[in-house]
Amino acid sequence: MENPRPLWDNPLQFVFACISYAVGLGNVWRFPYLCQMYGGGGFLIPYLIMLIVEGMPLLYLELAVGQHMRQGSIGAWKIISPYLSGVGIASVVVSFFLSMYYNVINAWAFWYLFHSFQDPLPWASCPLNSNHTDYDEECAKTSSTQYFWYRKTLNISPSIEEYGSIQWEQAVCLILAWLVVYLCILRGTESTGKVVYVTASLPYFVLIIYLIRGLTLHGAVNGLIYMFTPKIEQLANPKTWINAATQIFFSLGLGFGSLIAFASYNEPNNNCERHAMIVSLINSSTSIFASIVTFSIYGFKATFNYENCLSKVILLLTNVFDLEEGALTADNLDSMKDYLTSTYPNQYAELLPQIKNCSLEAELDTAVQGTGLAFIVYSEAIKNMEVSQLYSVLYFVMLLMLGIGSMLGNTAAILTPLTDSKFLSTHLPKEVISGIVCFINCIVGLVFTMEAGNYWFDIFNDYAATLSLLLIVLVETIAVCYVYGLKRFEKDLLLMLGHKPNWYWKIMWAFVSPVLIISLVIFYLTDYIRTGTLQYQAWDATQGQLVTKDYPSYALAVIGLLVAASTMCIPLGALIIFIMKRLKRNVSTLE
Amino acid sequence: MYWSIFTEILVLELLIFYLSLQYAWDASEEYLFKAMVAFAMRRYSNKETTQISNVLLCNMTERVSFWFVVTDSAKNVTTVPGSEVEAAIRMNRNRINSAFLLTDNTLQFLKISSTLSPPIESSVPVWLIVFSVVLCLVVAGILFLVVSGIRQRKKNNRESAETGDLEDKCDTPVTTENGIPCDILDLKAGQINGVYAADDERFTPL
Repeated sequence: MENPRPLWDNPLQFVFACISYAVGLGNVWRFPYLCQMYGGGGFLIPYLIMLIVEGMPLLYLELAVGQHMRQGSIGAWKIISPYLSGVGIASVVVSFFLSMYYNVINAWAFWYLFHSFQDPLPWASCPLNSNHTDYDEECAKTSSTQYFWYRKTLNISPSIEEYGSIQWEQAVCLILAWLVVYLCILRGTESTGKVVYVTASLPYFVLIIYLIRGLTLHGAVNGLIYMFTPKIEQLANPKTWINAATQIFFSLGLGFGSLIAFASYNEPNNNCERHAMIVSLINSSTSIFASIVTFSIYGFKATFNYENCLSKVILLLTNVFDLEEGALTADNLDSMKDYLTSTYPNQYAELLPQIKNCSLEAELDTAVQGTGLAFIVYSEAIKNMEVSQLYSVLYFVMLLMLGIGSMLGNTAAILTPLTDSKFLSTHLPKEVISGIVCFINCIVGLVFTMEAGNYWFDIFNDYAATLSLLLIVLVETIAVCYVYGLKRFEKDLLLMLGHKPNWYWKIMWAFVSPVLIISLVIFYLTDYIRTGTLQYQAWDATQGQLVTKDYPSYALAVIGLLVAASTMCIPLGALIIFIMKRLKRNVSTLE
Repeated sequence: MYWSIFTEILVLELLIFYLSLQYAWDASEEYLFKAMVAFAMRRYSNKETTQISNVLLCNMTERVSFWFVVTDSAKNVTTVPGSEVEAAIRMNRNRINSAFLLTDNTLQFLKISSTLSPPIESSVPVWLIVFSVVLCLVVAGILFLVVSGIRQRKKNNRESAETGDLEDKCDTPVTTENGIPCDILDLKAGQINGVYAADDERFTPL
């Protein structure tokens, strides 16, 4: 008798697993950026509309497919139609690419976490140069937090062509990250189910602590006002709506096969409709919650830098003009500057290049997203807080929980189809299959620990899972609605949940979501065609800032391969099945 | 007057951040300063000859900055070279700072750049220690789970080997693939009643 399919201990584990997977780093480091760029408080309007129109229906669809077919992505799509097994394979390929590079973020989080146990924090001040007379050159040009990220953590090379060597510190952190992931997925749902209790809930505790701390920081209000002031005119900008749609789409993790995998371990009568709505609502509210925290931190950091800048100017003027201390303050600075210009015009003119114009808006305007936000901006804010070690540890533990939670979903998307296949599961126990997958991913991931590794990371981050996912989900929706048949799907849902889906879901699945996804695909393609060559940001150590460079041809080839490898699976899969069926028919007619 | 023959390189300038003082700056504080400089010179040169009267202050300003020189009473009317005074003060910077309850930032000698003290580095970097602890915990966890999994499987194999003969007779001829009967997998028209065909339903023996 075959082994029964493993199940979640209770529906709560399933919900936590979905939340843990969906609530990831993108909620923390992408949504606040989008909010800032596309209209502040006004961005919430397109965001919530897209959630209801796109996010919830597609999430419901994937969960229902997984729960009904009770297989990983390859098996599930094979059941829907044998010609669609390519869709499942494409999902697995995309998940494979994702897990290759995503765990590097966990390695960085571990690195920062281990360095948080020092007093003072290593990114709080610049290191000294060789003869101890001044700060290190590169660090003096930029800030100590940027230096720690680009030099001490990544040891980044000036361009993608210069590979450099593997950084052993990053490599061991990556190995540790993979060992942790292996520990969590080792026993399948048995172990994953317990781990997701922690990875789903701990980030919220830390976010609440940071919310309280953030709101009480000096200058936090500046950031919040800046963020939430709605710029309604941005609603007319099509990019706002497109970014809202893509953010909802990628934030929920649709198309990777992880949701199908998680749902396949459900009891057949689990209410996936309610769970889909709960998960998508929690995901979006976490994004908004995280951006409140992020903007209080932004406000604190911007105010701190602004006041520093002001006191430097005040000090300079006080020293040069031998004024009594306390004569210049932040409030009378402008009037005093005018007074000094008129009374000592020559001296003031000489001094002019050194006097910086301090502006709070300029500090707040430096919108950052991605690893820059998580590792540079936050660590800069943390170093200025009291008890910075504690906040640092909390923050990086939260990043780790978010990252590992998403990795659990990614690896589930790869492993569930593999363990479902009879061939592999009879020959190898699932611990060995998981071990092999983790090992291969770890070895490939060592590429990202080289000196040029971060540039390759950006390539994977920007191109491995963007266009392919849109196409995968488009084919999924069309397959369920038109190939499998909406009526048949309705009957399956009636069996599982006890009621048919109402007209709203049906309209979304059959018309609105495919149209939306097609327009997103068209946007991506036109954007690429319009910009021509692809460029990237390289770190220039001599200037201490990022510069834009063009990708070399082999990098462009890799990008093309990444996109092609997953999208081609869909037509190739259909073609191969078609050929095989033809051959079988020919063979059977001959007999 | 002495002052006119002194060149700049012999004179050291001092800046005190007035607002950082927890006391008023008056003649007594100036006296303390002269005493500290004399102390620094005595420590540096190991001669007991420098007196408070050898330290001269001039050019006092409102925001408390002034110039000072140190004369050498052994040789008449000559000053100690600025480099010596610099070196002496640099050696005893900490003592001078703490006498005035100030720091390097708030008590600035404008020709003496403070040598920045490097952060304390322990022989083994702290991060490696924490890393090794976490690594050991994770590896221990993995080994525990793997070993217990192997033992569980051996127990299951032994049990199923004992009851294997009985089950072989009772297996129904329906071949299953992960709980779903094979014969409907390839057909589009087949329906599966998911609610009732639960996976772990054992086929009852005849």
